[in-house]
Amino acid sequence: MSGVRPVGAAPGRVARTVILGVVGILFTIPIVAMLEFSLRNLAGGYTFAHWAGVFSPASTVTYAVVFTGLRNSLLLAVVTVVIILVILLPTMILVQLQFPRLRRVLEFICIIPITVPAIVVVVGLAPVYSVVARLAGSSIWTLAFAYGVTVLPYAYRAIQSNLSLVDVVTLAEAARSLGAGWASVLWRVILPNLRRGILAAAFITVAVVLGEFTIASLLNRVNLQTALVQVSKSDPFVAVIFSLLALAFAFVLLLLIGRLASDRRTRAQKKAS
Amino acid sequence: MTPSPNYGATVELIDVVKDYAGHQALTGVSLSVRPGEFVALLGPSGCGKTTALRALSGLEQVNGGSILIDGVDVVDVPVNKRDIGMVFQSYSLFPHLTAIENVEFGLRMRKIPTAERRTRAAGALDLVGLGHLAGRYAHQLSGGQQQRIALARALVTRPRVLLLDEPLSALDAKVRVQLRDEIRRIQTDLGITTLFVTHDQEEALAVADRVAVMREGNIEQIGSPEELYTAPATPFVAAFVGLSNRMPATLSDRQVTLYGETLGVLGSPRVNGRANGPVLALVRPEDLLLVPPATPGSIAATVVASSFLGSLRRTRLTLWDGTLVSVQHAVSEHPQPGESLGVRLRGNAVSVSGIDG
Repeated sequence: MSGVRPVGAAPGRVARTVILGVVGILFTIPIVAMLEFSLRNLAGGYTFAHWAGVFSPASTVTYAVVFTGLRNSLLLAVVTVVIILVILLPTMILVQLQFPRLRRVLEFICIIPITVPAIVVVVGLAPVYSVVARLAGSSIWTLAFAYGVTVLPYAYRAIQSNLSLVDVVTLAEAARSLGAGWASVLWRVILPNLRRGILAAAFITVAVVLGEFTIASLLNRVNLQTALVQVSKSDPFVAVIFSLLALAFAFVLLLLIGRLASDRRTRAQKKAS
Repeated sequence: MTPSPNYGATVELIDVVKDYAGHQALTGVSLSVRPGEFVALLGPSGCGKTTALRALSGLEQVNGGSILIDGVDVVDVPVNKRDIGMVFQSYSLFPHLTAIENVEFGLRMRKIPTAERRTRAAGALDLVGLGHLAGRYAHQLSGGQQQRIALARALVTRPRVLLLDEPLSALDAKVRVQLRDEIRRIQTDLGITTLFVTHDQEEALAVADRVAVMREGNIEQIGSPEELYTAPATPFVAAFVGLSNRMPATLSDRQVTLYGETLGVLGSPRVNGRANGPVLALVRPEDLLLVPPATPGSIAATVVASSFLGSLRRTRLTLWDGTLVSVQHAVSEHPQPGESLGVRLRGNAVSVSGIDG
C-alpha cells in the first residue's frame, strides 16, 4: 500500500523539521531569556558589565563562594567518575563474562536510584553521612559516595548500551585462546571496545554532578549549584551568567561524547583508504 | 609460513564428562587424533560437539576424564597456556585493531619482538590470501574475509592443535565451499592437527580425514567419510550421514528381507536387543534403481515428484504399500509425476533400525 509509512520508519523531512523546531524552541527560549537577562542594565538598555565583572581579576574575591563551589563540584565530578570506573564498570564486565544470569539483578539495582526522589535519598543519607563523617571526615569529596549512587542509572545505561553492541564473551575467549591472561584481556581487548560507553558514562556523570543541588544543599555542603543560589540572593546577574557557563560546559561535554566515536570511525576509514 | 616442529600433536580425550547444572553435555567422550590429522565432530544441535571442542581448548572445565596433548594431561592447564589456535563460529576479530594487528595479537602476548611479529603476521595474512587487506578493520571486511583473518590469527602462533568451531556457518554457500577447501589446503600444507566442529554432513565428509558422529554427549561412530557412509555402525549414523529411505523389512538370522529381496545387515545384527522381527531398512537413494513397470523382481511405484540437482536427478515415489522413497538416478531419465514405474534394490547390505525409528 503506497503512501502509508511503516511503523518504526524514520520521520519524513517535514515531520523532522517540525520535531526539531519544537524541541529547539523549547531548549532555546530559556537560554536566550537567561542571556538577555544577564545583559540587562538596571538603568535601562543592555550592557556587558555583568559579564566583564565575572571575568575581571577581582571576581575571584567578590564571587569566592562560586569559585569554591566550582572547585568542589569539579573535585566531586572526578571522584564520582573514579567510583563509577572502579566499582560499576568492572562489576558490569564481570557479570557479562562470568555471571550473565545476574544481569537483570544488576540492572534493577542500578535503576533504583532514579525511582527514589532526591529528598527521600537525603533523608536516608543523613544518618549514613553521620557515620561517613566519623570515618572519612566531613570533606566535600565524601559527597561523591552519594553522587556515585545518584548517577548509577545514567552510567549503567551508557556502559550497558555499549556492552550489548560488543560480543565481549567471544572477544575475551578469542584473546584467551591466543595466550592473553585476564589482565591483558581487560586492558587490550575489552576496555578499548567499551571506550565509547565509558566516555559517555564519565561525561554524563560529570554533567549530573555539576548540576546537582538537592543533596548538597540538604547536607549543608557547598557545590556549584548551592553557591549559585547563594550568590543569586545578592547578585542575580552573576548567578545567571555562571548557570549559562555551566550549561555551555555540559553541552560541550555531551557534544564530545557523540564526536569521539564518529571521529574514530572516520579515522579508521581514512586509514584503510 | 612453514611447518614448525610443534605442528602435528597427538590429541586424546579419555572418558571426558561435562555437566551443566544436572544436564550431562558430555557423557564420557573418548577420542584419539593422530598427529596432522583432520577430524570433524559432526552431529545435530545439542549433541555436545562444541562442548567437546571447548573442553579441549580449556574454555570449559570438565567434570571428569583426561585430555592429553602430546601425552600430557592439560585438564588443569588454563586456556591461555594450552598452545591451541581457535576459530570461532561468530566473528571474533578485535574491532579496534586492524587485520594485521589482530594477527599480531597472539605474538604480542608471547612477547615476540616487533620486527619478527610484523613479518610473521604478514606471512600469515599472505597464507590466507589477504595480505593486501592488512590495514582494514573488521567492519570493513566481509564475513569470509573476517574468518580468513581469524584463521591466520589462530595459525600465526604455530599452535600444536587447531580448533575450528563451525567457522563457516555464518557464511553464504559459495564462500563456505571456497573457505572450506582453503582450510583443508592450509591444514594439509602445515600438517597441523585439526578438530573441526560442524553440523553440516557434506562439509564434514568433504574435508575431514575422519569424522566423529556425536549424539547425546557421546561419539556414536568415528571413521573415514567412506566408512560412515557405506558402513554406518548404528541407525542414527545411517540416518544422519547422507539420505536414507526407511523401508519396512523383516530381520531374521543376520539377514533382512524387504519386498522379497534378502540382504545382509550393516553394523549390529540386533535391533533393540532382538535378532528377529519387523524392522526398518535404511536404504540409500543411490541403492535404488528405476526400472520399467512390472519388471520381474521390482516394486511397483508411482512418481510423486522429480528434482534436477545438477549432476544427478532425485525422484520421489510412492511404493505400492504407501511407503515414500527417494531414488537417485541419471539426469537423462525424466520421470513424470503420476507415472507408474518399478523400483529395484541394488547392493548387498543395508542398515536397520527399530520400527519406531
